[in-house]
Amino acid sequence: MIPAKFDYIKASSVSEAIGLLEKHGDDAKLLSGGHSLIPAMKLRLSRPEVLIDIGGISGLNSISEDGNEIVIGANCTHADIVNSDRINSDLNILAQTAKHIGDIQVRNRGTIGGSLAHADPAADYPAVVLACDAKIEVEGKGGKRTIPATEFFLGIFTTALAEDEIITAIRFPKVANGNYQKFFQSASRFAVVGVAAVKDGDSVKVGVTGVSGTPYRATAVENAYSGSSDAASHAVDGIDDLMSDHFADEEYRAHLAKVMVKKALEA
Amino acid sequence: METFIGKPIKRREDARFLKGAGKYTDDIKLMGMTHSAFVRSPYAHAKILSIDTAAAEKAEGVVAVYTGSDACGTFGVPCGWQVDFKNGETMREPLHPLLAKDKILHVGEAVAIVIAETLELARDAAELVQVSYEALPAVTCPKKAMEAGAPKVHDQWEDNAAFDWCIGNDRTEVEAALESAHHVTEMTYKNHRLAPNAIEPRSYISDYDVNADKWTLYTSTQNPHLIRLLLCAFVLGIPEHKVRVLSYDVGGGFGSKIYHYTEEALLTWVSKEIGRPVKWTSDRTEAFLTDAHGRDHIVHSKMGFDEDGKIVAHLTDEYCAMGAYLSTFAPAVPTYLHGTLFQGVYTTPLIHLNVVAPFTHTVAVDAYRGAGRPEATYLLERIISKAAKEMDIDPAELRYKNFIPPFNGTSEPGFQTQVALQYDSGNYHGVLKRGLEMLGYEDFRKEQAEARKNGKLIGVGISTYIEGCGIAPSAVVGSLGARAGLYEVGHVRVQPTGKVSVFTGAHSHGQGHETVFAQFVADKLGIHMDDVDIVHGDTDQVAFGMGTYGSRSLAVGGSAIIKSVEKVLEKGAKIAAHKLEAAESDLEYAEGKWTVKGTDKSISFGDVSLTAYVPHDYPEGVEPGLDFSSFYDPTNFTYPFGTHIAVVEVDPDTGKVDLQRFVACDDVGNVMNPMIVDGQIHGGVVQGVGQALLEEVIYDGEGQMVTGSYMDYAMPRADDVPNIETDRTTTPCPHNPLGVKGAGEAGAIGSTPAVVNAVVDALSHLGVTDIQMPVTPKRVWKAMQTQA
Amino acid sequence: MQISMTINGKEYSHDIEPRISLAQYLRENLNLTGTHIGCDTSGCGACTVTVDGAAAKACTLLAVQVDGSEITTIEGMANGNEMHPIQEAFKENHGLQCGFCTPGMVMTAADILKNNPNPTDEEIRHGLEGNFCRCTGYHNIVKSIQHAAEKINA
Repeated sequence: MIPAKFDYIKASSVSEAIGLLEKHGDDAKLLSGGHSLIPAMKLRLSRPEVLIDIGGISGLNSISEDGNEIVIGANCTHADIVNSDRINSDLNILAQTAKHIGDIQVRNRGTIGGSLAHADPAADYPAVVLACDAKIEVEGKGGKRTIPATEFFLGIFTTALAEDEIITAIRFPKVANGNYQKFFQSASRFAVVGVAAVKDGDSVKVGVTGVSGTPYRATAVENAYSGSSDAASHAVDGIDDLMSDHFADEEYRAHLAKVMVKKALEA
Repeated sequence: METFIGKPIKRREDARFLKGAGKYTDDIKLMGMTHSAFVRSPYAHAKILSIDTAAAEKAEGVVAVYTGSDACGTFGVPCGWQVDFKNGETMREPLHPLLAKDKILHVGEAVAIVIAETLELARDAAELVQVSYEALPAVTCPKKAMEAGAPKVHDQWEDNAAFDWCIGNDRTEVEAALESAHHVTEMTYKNHRLAPNAIEPRSYISDYDVNADKWTLYTSTQNPHLIRLLLCAFVLGIPEHKVRVLSYDVGGGFGSKIYHYTEEALLTWVSKEIGRPVKWTSDRTEAFLTDAHGRDHIVHSKMGFDEDGKIVAHLTDEYCAMGAYLSTFAPAVPTYLHGTLFQGVYTTPLIHLNVVAPFTHTVAVDAYRGAGRPEATYLLERIISKAAKEMDIDPAELRYKNFIPPFNGTSEPGFQTQVALQYDSGNYHGVLKRGLEMLGYEDFRKEQAEARKNGKLIGVGISTYIEGCGIAPSAVVGSLGARAGLYEVGHVRVQPTGKVSVFTGAHSHGQGHETVFAQFVADKLGIHMDDVDIVHGDTDQVAFGMGTYGSRSLAVGGSAIIKSVEKVLEKGAKIAAHKLEAAESDLEYAEGKWTVKGTDKSISFGDVSLTAYVPHDYPEGVEPGLDFSSFYDPTNFTYPFGTHIAVVEVDPDTGKVDLQRFVACDDVGNVMNPMIVDGQIHGGVVQGVGQALLEEVIYDGEGQMVTGSYMDYAMPRADDVPNIETDRTTTPCPHNPLGVKGAGEAGAIGSTPAVVNAVVDALSHLGVTDIQMPVTPKRVWKAMQTQA
Repeated sequence: MQISMTINGKEYSHDIEPRISLAQYLRENLNLTGTHIGCDTSGCGACTVTVDGAAAKACTLLAVQVDGSEITTIEGMANGNEMHPIQEAFKENHGLQCGFCTPGMVMTAADILKNNPNPTDEEIRHGLEGNFCRCTGYHNIVKSIQHAAEKINA
């Protein structure tokens, strides 16, 4: 399997990458870890004419603390996240989630920024960035802006990123009590259903991936949480685009969503 | 003196594999080699309206482009087995062209081949070939293919049947026995389609040498000689002695690399056309779309019992997909490799199986690890467990009641089945008893009763399989439609220094022949195995061969080698007698030397070997040299058997099945290398578990493959399975010199029903009686909902 | 594009097309054919090598992406004729049959043991989730890696 021909440019800074995106527009794609993009290119499902490699940009792969927040550079690999002491202690839910992504080899190369930008509806991170109310920091020709996670995912492989924008970091609040539950798709090991729950006293925030074309906050579960022991039964309330495939049709997926929400709430 | 048979000798082939120095076909580069890429149909059924290759021909680096109009292969690739209709009508055998010309019959069928200087350029140019299609409706289900009005795969026949066939007792007699049976258990299900998925994709290089007028074909095949024969005699009409087929290291086969594929023949033709070597290596998408698949039977079956739980009759009707074309062994799989095992390990007095084998708009179905026997075993072992539940008899007990009593095949005769075969030797009680012991069956049942009180869903499933392998007596298979003999060739060349080269027609693609064959040759000759070398996979070196499949390498290939070893010793004895000035009858051979009985006068194997090549002082009338080739044609199949037991826990919330234990007690006859036999069982079991829990090829209504990648076809991974607990009993095969039966497929044959039986057992108290394979979480959960 | 990298301790420099994967580069340009391509889309793990010490699937890396990196392939594991303890353990425990997935298994095992010198069977099985083997049923691969851990720790 060979991708169609493309030009390859290694960007050395965010501004250079933005400039290149501006210049090449639709013809260009950003390459980070490449673990979603390269297979798609090999199958010739994706055929960018210009590939802008942002993997080498310095400053995008740090994990730092900023007051009560943890800031994760977009180029941090899943393995960086799994192995970070800071994340393990102050944002454990993210380390739990990263452990569930792919396999050793994929975790060594795939990045959080790349995964979020790709917005695979069965990816793991969306659930946790939603449940944590993380903020996606992006930079484009118009400057920097911050997109709340709840406004970031717009649909299957679709995000709020403008064409010339690059994710630079993800800003998470510290989370003491969070939990990620995943039901694996047996072939790809993506999430049939992934549920992240962040608990704070009587309240909970629940992010759900894999169920709908757009990952979502299960607000009906959150609203029912403090008063009801049956909050999980609201896992798919209001979701009208349940995904369906040979592993899980709509009925089973809805059921799994409830089971996984329940597990996440009870963990 | 060191001996080797029966010991877990470490494999000599491992060093090269572990260092990355294996020589797989795609690793080979030849001077001036070109690369190729195929243009393949995105439709399952379509008319080809036009093909425009102009742009591709002009593209950078392109050497040639061929389509069905100019490509060779008037004859197409042939089928090696003929199974005619019950009414005597000849099997319908469509032309299987090397490139489709007018009509497309499955997704992935090749329309054109592009040859270029590099693989990249070949792929780029292939995209420039413009094909215009008119899509037509497709049928992919073998049962639907036989319904009135189903889209036809081949227009020249009135319906889609390639043949129909039956075996066993008279149908009306079987039906009558079922009518009057005390209890009848019935099942309807699909034994679903699987993709073999050897991790090495198929790969071919053809190199035509214009000066010698000779071809060298490097191919990832399980049977190089058969490929050469089919290629030369049936497809291209080129002289067999002008073609050398080489298959060095092959990265797994599991049946999928037995067959003669269109690409193999086409590349051979192309290399002469362009006068340069040409390579093609399948990518994984092409592997899913074009490697022959396995299984795909729709089954309806009834088994009748008397009031004591004895089976009185068994009647089955099946629709078994052939795919768009007849692959090399395809017709044999759901018939002679399947129906002949319907006796199982039971005394069933009346059996009838009817098979309808339709063409479908899918890639071909052919032998995949076990080939027909896993399908037979799945049916027998599921239906008997289902019957046990319905009659409230313990499933082990019901099996004991119905087992054929032990017989050794020597002082006690073989067992004549109702379905043509005669079993060689067996002790089915023995493997079940040992399997249950290994598991701790009684304790498990107690644990299960306790667990159920706490809402835990655990279950145990038993499978007591038999299979027929050591394929096969030529005259028998010939009378059943095989267009080849199934003997094997073993050539033993003793070098002047007493070192031994063995040439075998069997082919190793993971089985460890280089080690195991050396073990028994060394022991039989009384020499060290380091002095024995095994050569395979080269038609110029090995006289002939039928290759490796059907767990035949040791039983048939090993026996051929033993025959030659015996000839070596026979001739050696003549030379030794001469040198020792004794009568041959006074000599005995042991520990690598001939000794005059009762004396210390002896001569070593090495000295006799040297004498044979330096025949100065030599017996009269004896030819020089010590070099023998033998053909061994078995007198019967061999019949390994065993008990497989699975323990599962089902998650009541999600339906996910956790395979917690797997116990296998197999009887494969005598064992040459227990380490390798265990390895074969482990691997086979996990393939069978894969079918039970994970794997399934799905075509949608339009004939598109839904599961054409590892994102959608679920392969068993390391954390899907537990360690496999193995043990053995030993009932030697009475009819071959090593007493061996074969171990390559047993794991895949026994394991699948054990796992499904365990899942159904875990849910039986909820009213679940059957679940369609693969028992995915979705299906298990739905079965639980239906009952709740 | 001009790239250079250190492979198995040796410096290499080539001018290659950007679309060439690391696996292809190793196989076609350097004749390091021990890195096998089974699926070419990061599913099967047969192409696993280490890049700057971490296991990676060479089919899903462009060679240009790892310009300047240090790569170890299966050919770099043995020290002359002396096999690496992981290779030894695979041989001793029959951890391979057809040998095609084996290089990827060995390279992944190296990563598993580097980060977890005393893994449980379960941890090994989990660690191998990105590597398919169709022959062994994984039983003896797990055993081999356990045995390798003992050898390395001894």
